[in-house]
Amino acid sequence: MLDKVEWLASQAFADLNKIANLKDLEDWRVRYLGRKSDFSQILRSLSALSPDERRVVGARANDLKVKLEETLTQKKSSLEDVVLSSSAEALDVTLPGRPVKAGRLHPVTQILNEVCDIFIGMGFQVAEGPQVEWEYYNFEALNMPADHAARDSFATLWMDYESEPGHRPMLLRTHTSPVQVRVMERTRPPIRIIVPGRVYRYEATDATHEWMFNQIEGLAIDTNITLADLKGTLYEFARSIFGKDRKVRFRCDYFPFVEPGVDMAIDCFMCAGAGCRLCGYTGWIEIMGAGMVHPDVLRRVGIDPDVYSGFAFGMGVERIPILRYGIDDIRLFFGNDLKFLQQF
Amino acid sequence: MKVSLKWLRDYVPVTEAASEIAHKLTMAGLEVEGMQVIGGDWKNIFVGEILAINPHPNADRLRLATVNLGSKQVTVVCGAPNLTIGDKIAFAEVGAELIDGHTGQKAQLKPAKIRGVVSEGMICSEKELGISGTHEGILVLPQSVQLGMLLADYMGDTILDIAVTSNRPDCMSVIGVAREVAAQTDKQVSVRAPAYAEEGPAIHSLAAIEIKAPDLCPRYCASLITGVKIGPSPSWLQQRLLASGMRPINNVVDVTNYVMLEYGQPLHAFDFKKVQDHRIEVRRAQEGEPFKTLDDIDRKLTKDMLVIADGKRAVAVAGIMGGQSTEVTDATAEILIESATFNAAVIHRGSLALNLRTEASLRFEKGLSRELPLIALKRATQLMVELTGCRVAKGIIDVYPGKEDSKQILFSAWEVKRLLGVDLSVDEIIRTLEKLSFECESTGIAEEILVTVPWWRTDVTNKADLTEEVARIIGYESIPTTMLSSSLPEPQTLPMRSFRQKTQDIMVHCGFQEIITYSLTSMEMLQKLSPKNEYIGPQPVRTAHPMSRELEYLRTSLRPGILATLVRNQRYKEATINLFEIGKIFLYKEKDLPEEREMLCAVLSSAQPKLFWRGNADPVDFYVAKGVVETLLSQLGIEAAFNPGDDASLLSGRNAVIVVDGDPVGVLGEVHPRVARAFDINDTAYLIEIDLEKLFSYRNDVKSYTPISRYPSTIRDIALLVDVAVSYEQIRKVIAASPLVNQVILFDLYSGEQVPQGKKSLAIRIIYQSAEHTLTDAEVDEVHKEILDILNHEFGVTLRS
Repeated sequence: MLDKVEWLASQAFADLNKIANLKDLEDWRVRYLGRKSDFSQILRSLSALSPDERRVVGARANDLKVKLEETLTQKKSSLEDVVLSSSAEALDVTLPGRPVKAGRLHPVTQILNEVCDIFIGMGFQVAEGPQVEWEYYNFEALNMPADHAARDSFATLWMDYESEPGHRPMLLRTHTSPVQVRVMERTRPPIRIIVPGRVYRYEATDATHEWMFNQIEGLAIDTNITLADLKGTLYEFARSIFGKDRKVRFRCDYFPFVEPGVDMAIDCFMCAGAGCRLCGYTGWIEIMGAGMVHPDVLRRVGIDPDVYSGFAFGMGVERIPILRYGIDDIRLFFGNDLKFLQQF
Repeated sequence: MKVSLKWLRDYVPVTEAASEIAHKLTMAGLEVEGMQVIGGDWKNIFVGEILAINPHPNADRLRLATVNLGSKQVTVVCGAPNLTIGDKIAFAEVGAELIDGHTGQKAQLKPAKIRGVVSEGMICSEKELGISGTHEGILVLPQSVQLGMLLADYMGDTILDIAVTSNRPDCMSVIGVAREVAAQTDKQVSVRAPAYAEEGPAIHSLAAIEIKAPDLCPRYCASLITGVKIGPSPSWLQQRLLASGMRPINNVVDVTNYVMLEYGQPLHAFDFKKVQDHRIEVRRAQEGEPFKTLDDIDRKLTKDMLVIADGKRAVAVAGIMGGQSTEVTDATAEILIESATFNAAVIHRGSLALNLRTEASLRFEKGLSRELPLIALKRATQLMVELTGCRVAKGIIDVYPGKEDSKQILFSAWEVKRLLGVDLSVDEIIRTLEKLSFECESTGIAEEILVTVPWWRTDVTNKADLTEEVARIIGYESIPTTMLSSSLPEPQTLPMRSFRQKTQDIMVHCGFQEIITYSLTSMEMLQKLSPKNEYIGPQPVRTAHPMSRELEYLRTSLRPGILATLVRNQRYKEATINLFEIGKIFLYKEKDLPEEREMLCAVLSSAQPKLFWRGNADPVDFYVAKGVVETLLSQLGIEAAFNPGDDASLLSGRNAVIVVDGDPVGVLGEVHPRVARAFDINDTAYLIEIDLEKLFSYRNDVKSYTPISRYPSTIRDIALLVDVAVSYEQIRKVIAASPLVNQVILFDLYSGEQVPQGKKSLAIRIIYQSAEHTLTDAEVDEVHKEILDILNHEFGVTLRS
């Protein structure tokens, strides 16, 4: 019996050597290792042998079977390698892939999200308010009563309310600052909000002027908030948005609803402060207006200016991508040309 | 405000470079927007005198001028018509940089032979010197100028162009800016008190002044001069006016303008002989009162305006512009000079209403000090004496119903620390404020300081204002930079914002480009949304004075904006266009702000799908659009039903309402071809519109977990013959209602050959699965048969064999 096992094995190995394709290999496997193969029959008929013979033959047969199987596996993988690497199956990898339709957020949305995230990281919360506002919130509440000269810098789009007797004047908000007042009216300090949103001006459009644009407003109110805190907050913001190497300049400016008033500028990244067309030959690019919230504004919403203080700031949002990407016409943002939008 | 550095030096000894002054002013809130250097490149230009004028031998229009430069004499060719022997002129030697009178370009002066005569130099016009555009004749200098000196030493100057903020009318004057420069450079301002002789009868016996509207005119001062000789102003005065951007007119008008520039107080000169009854009244205008202003325009006044009137009629719109009836002319000999204070708001409103912004109104509307009129009047009177040879009647009329005490503010070092975050001692604060002429007194109590505000600072009224003054002087750059250390507010999110952002993200992932369109639109655009071209939306809100017809109404729909954007992008023919916008629409509300509703609108269009070498992508159809809505809703965790819709902008029969919980939240469908045509859309377009705020109210933030079944599923595919009137959803509901059904997938829809008339064939895969055990064939057979029985019973559905 043992001789038969040995003979079968040597036969099998000899045959295997001659095999050159996967189909012959499968035939070989069925012949020598399949359920009906001589090998299997021998292993099945072991029970008929004497215990001594069974041990010897069984051990040898199993041993050879394992060896045959191993060799089969090796042979199979080497034959597969030949097939898989055959040049007939090679693709032209330079052919274009099937396009997947991808969308994008509008660049203004992207910037709004980015700016909000920076301030959220500093403990600010996002607040929103109406775009059509009462004259009161847009002006009076912010220290600009009727006929105040400072209103001239807010060319206003008024809504047609005159046909309705007793209707209070309403307008398309000229800045996001009315939301400051609305939030202060309904919230007690500590307050830390940012307000993104659309604002409107009665203005002819050109490459640098658009009648509709977006602003981001910030407000922080608590005991002991100082101009130093305002500087620190805006400094961090400016460097997050415009890069760690930017220099930031704070100077005095006037806005009726803050006192002291602040103008924040960054050094021009085109000329690094030397003076060029972008910065109007000043070396600085004005980014936003800010200041300590005016005591009269606080008093009007019932916050005691002798106990609480705070700062507010506001900036145009489109200005950030305009500066960052060198966009030369603000009208591109709402012109919605896909060739423009898909660059961001 | 244009400020000459030379003029500034009359009041403060500026030694710093102009650029440093500009920087300091800018940092302190007076932004210097530009600097113009006059004579910066006048290297070879000298003051000369014309000694002789001779004809040019070869040209009638040219003459030969002999110029004395002190050290030498030269003869040059000159074509100017105003050559006069004895005149002082500006002479440019060869090598000087001049502006070419014809090209406007800067060029170096070369020796030239003009019609055979050598000319080594040039007598310059204002244009050639770059002072102004005047090129009609040469610049004639005053006789007093020293011969041979560099023109730059005489006329050179630097002009600062300062953007004065509306709270600082005091800085719309040279003296005001001088005070700022002095404070910033640690110097003193010196302004000489005007003095002049008075003679003749007292002004009170010659003129009367009455303020009938003391609420709008707190002070009115006047002086009277006689024997005025109208003529041109001296060159120094003309030069200063020109440097400040004003045109010289005559000595009287120039003096009033000069004093306005110097002190910031607008003045007005009346021809006193034309002032009826020699009487001045300040009163409110009558509604519709006619008035001809100096600019020769007939205007109608309103009762909101203030006028200066004489005994008979209005003679000036107070603080804005004088009238023709009392205008100073060459024949004028007696003049009443007005110097008054008017209510800022009334001037602002009046100048807007008349569309008349004058140098005077721009100052008055910001609120001038009531102490200023008298000082400025005296200065103007003095200059009139000096420049017109007039006599001054004794005294000044000073009607002052609105006299106020000087403002005092109780301030403290603690307040500075509280608002600026800087530790300054009481002494440091006092020293700082005193630089700006604030009088300070330590009260001796704690860190308190009693501050008296100088009269010209109408803008300083409270502690915060004083804090800014301190900050301006110590410099914003010296204030430390700290991070907020105060307590954080209670955490609060804006759930609508998160929901909006999530919706945006899903739409982007579905392949849509976000757009942002204008909030204003036109009635024409809104009408295009209806196939009958008539407006069918909710009542829109109109702007009072539309910027254009295209921007007249607040949008009541996002559709016009997105459809117009689609059209604008149609030229990129090779691709499908998927757009979406999330934005507010505005709906009229009575006696209230309009309701602002946040909407999602999307369009899909693909007349020509993107070319691809393995076959083009499938074109867009209704079910592609629906797939987007289904994806969006499923990502948001919202279940919706789709019912046939009747939206007018959409094509009937390809038009669905999206319903959540019985509530219609949106629509989708094919844009009605007539609507598409109205917008110039030449492809089939599909539109999705969802009320984001409604959707938000149905959002499901709570997610639940269902264990994944460990047991195998059984698949049964069936083909059903169904009446065409029966919707797929009716069939699906019945199948899905069975507890063992895990999934229902429609994989074919067919009607036509082999399917009886009025029927359709639905091929459906039903996947059965249990969470508890492996289903046996018998179990599935039973449920499957049950389903078929119900379908047959309810809808007459049969199996297709």
